[in-house]
Parts: sequence; C-alpha cells; structure tokens
Amino acid sequence: MASDTSPAIIVKEGQAIVTEGTQVQDEQAQKAYEGVATKHDGAKESIFPPFDQSTYGAQLFWLALTFGALYLLMKKIALPRIGEILEVRRDRIEGDLAEAERLRQKTDQAISSYENELAKSKAKAHEIAEETRSSIKEELAVKRSEVEDDLTKKLSIAEARIQKTKADALLNVDEIATDTVIDLVTKLSSKVSAKAAKDAVSRIVKG
Amino acid sequence: MAGTDPIKQFEIVEYFSFGTIGADAQGEGGFSLAFTNSALFMVLTVGLIAGYLILSTRGRGLVPSKLQLVSEMSYEFIANMIRSSAGSEGMKFFPFVFSLFTFILISNMLGMFPYFFTVASHLIITVALALLVMSVVIIYGVYKNGFGFLKLFVPSGIPLVVLIIVVPIEILSFLSRPLSLSLRLFGNMLAGHIVLKVFAGFVVSLTSMGIFGIFGAILPFGMTIALTGLEFLVGALQAFVFTILTCVYLNDAIHPGH
Repeated sequence: MASDTSPAIIVKEGQAIVTEGTQVQDEQAQKAYEGVATKHDGAKESIFPPFDQSTYGAQLFWLALTFGALYLLMKKIALPRIGEILEVRRDRIEGDLAEAERLRQKTDQAISSYENELAKSKAKAHEIAEETRSSIKEELAVKRSEVEDDLTKKLSIAEARIQKTKADALLNVDEIATDTVIDLVTKLSSKVSAKAAKDAVSRIVKG
Repeated sequence: MAGTDPIKQFEIVEYFSFGTIGADAQGEGGFSLAFTNSALFMVLTVGLIAGYLILSTRGRGLVPSKLQLVSEMSYEFIANMIRSSAGSEGMKFFPFVFSLFTFILISNMLGMFPYFFTVASHLIITVALALLVMSVVIIYGVYKNGFGFLKLFVPSGIPLVVLIIVVPIEILSFLSRPLSLSLRLFGNMLAGHIVLKVFAGFVVSLTSMGIFGIFGAILPFGMTIALTGLEFLVGALQAFVFTILTCVYLNDAIHPGH
C-alpha cells in the first residue's frame, strides 16, 4: 500500500520544498532568524532527491570534472586514434583499388595485344596457305598439261602404230588365208593353182 | 516496506567529503564537494567509455577486431549524425557531441543495473548538460556570425507583417530549448525508474501476502520484465534524442539563416 501512495506525497512535498527554497533565496535576510531548521535538517528525510538543492553543488562539481575529463580523453586520445585507424584503412582500400584497377588495365592491354597478334598471325597463316595452295594449283596445272600433252602424243603414236599394225595384220590375213586355202584345197582336191586360190580368197574378202 | 520505496533509488549518498566552498560562518550554504554515489557513477561512466575506446583501439588493427569495430561504429555513427544535420563544419564539435552521447548513453545503461544510480535522473545534471549545449551554441554562434546570429530569429523570405508574429515565436522557441532538452531527459529517466520500481515493489508486496499474492504477483512481474526492456530502449533513445537535438542546435549556430 505504501508503495503506490508515497510517490505522490513525496513529489508534492518536494515541490513544496522547492518553492520554499526559492522563497528562502529571496528572503535571505529571514534565514538568520529562522536559523538552522529550514532546509537542511528537517527536510533531508522527506525531500524529493532530484530537487534537493544541497546536493547540486557536489553533482555539478563532479559533472564538470568527469565530463571535462571525458571530453579531453575523447578529443586528445580516443577520437584521433579511431579517426586515424579509419583514415589509414580508407587510404589502404583506395590504394588497393587503384592498384587493382591499374593491374586490370594492364591485363586488358595484354589481352588486346595478344588478340591483335593472334589475328595478325591468323591472317598471315591464311595468306601463306592461300599462296601455297595457288602455287601448288599452278604447278599441278602445268604438270597436268604436260602429262596430258605427253599422253596425247603417246596416244597418237600408239594409234598410228595400231593403225599400221592393223593394216599389216590385214595384209597378213590375206596371205594366211591364201595359204590356208591352198592347203585346204590341196588337201581336198590335191591340185589347185596358187593363182586360183588367190582369186577365190580375194573374192570372199571383197564380197 | 523500506525496500519498495520508489524514490529511495534517487537519493544522493555521500561517501566522503572534501568540505564545502563558500559556506558561511555557521557552515550553512555553499557548495559541498562530497564524493557521492552520483559522482561515483559519473566516474564509472567516464572510465568505462574512455577505457573501452582506448583499449579496444590499442591494436590499431587494419582489420578491426570485434571490440574495435564497436568503437569505430560509434565513431562513425556520431560523425554521420553531425554531418547529416550540421554539415561538415559541424565536425568541429565532434568530440563534444561524441562525449555527450556516450556519457548519457552509458550512464543510462549503467542505471539499469539494480541498485545502481542513474546520473540523468537528477534535474541538475540534465540542466547543466542542456545549458552547456546552449552556451556552446550561443557562444560559437555569436563568435562566428556576430550580429548575424540574430538572423536565427528572422526566417528569410517572410513578409514583414508575418515577421511580427514569427519573431517572438522563434525567440520563445529558442529560449525553451534548454528547458525541453533538460526536462525530456530528466523526466524520462526519472519516470521510467519510478514506474519500474513501483511494479517491482508490487511483486515484493504481493508475494509476502501468501499463495494468492504469489499468483497475483505474476502480472506486475511480467510488467517489470517488459518495462525493463522498455527502459533500455528509452535510455538509449533519450541519449540519441539529446545528441541529435544538440546537432540541430549547433547547425543553427553554424548556419543561422534558415
């Protein structure tokens, strides 16, 4: 029960004492009459602590001391150090990025020059191949025409020889036939003149 | 029920005192310089931040370790925040904005531990931080722009008749900036921790009431868990909001013309 009623009471009392406190400041002359019992002793039990002016001096003093110390420690040591760490890291990262960019450009250059070379040599190889091919073609054509000429010459010679042989053969055929006929007729009729046989053969051959 | 008092967590406890400055003859008034739980957690916060950032970046690794990565991410997070809202000129204030953000964030996160003190739950701290921001804005704005800083209150390209209405509004909004800046952070941290403690207190009170109380405690227990998550979010979000608003105000100091 005490817990939910006491704050209200104490707050009220605290406010009352604060107004009293300001009055005390205004009427400092009165303080001499009233003596000790105004603020410090009687009020200490029930005064709301955040409004207890008797503690203000000590709090302000220690706040100034500690906050001042904190400010100086931050300004002189901690923050410059963290700032430096961040700076060094940023520089390092930027440097690394620039280096990476430089290397990348170098690589690109190397790749492009390589590709250039490759295209050039490809073209060259193509050219050489083309050249070789055409020269081979020419050579081949020359050789072929030579061979063809040779062949036609040989062919005509051979044809002439065949013709001659044929004619010779045909001549020989007549002779052989005549002889055969003589032989045949001789064997069949025992007597036949060479002239008659020859006539007969020429008749058959022509007919 | 001393353990469930939701206000007790905000009490300032003196560990040892260095005496007071400016006290009168009766030992009254003046500033006590006592080392309190609030001071302890401010020292812890600063020690954690500085220790982490400095130790995790000790190796200066080109490839960051996981610990170093967190430092670098927080650096870039704040740097981007400033660049996007105040331009690259705002990077002058980088250490200041970075200190603000980490200080509020880590002290809020520390405050989430049970029995730990939440530095930003005291109005004087958030007011001091907000006034610090506004002083930086005004001093730098005047130093850099001179009287031109007053252009902040006069939006350009607006007819004279409307200006009569707009200028007072602009001035009022400028004056309310430190108020809203400090009260937002203070209110969020204070209210969140009170609500959290109230619900946690319900759990304690109810469980001491026997078997039905234990069943009844399930609901506030769930609420406490949910609120704890919410408070982590609020703590981080308020640090972010405070910082981004600082950046926006610094932008006004750098470029006063709208």
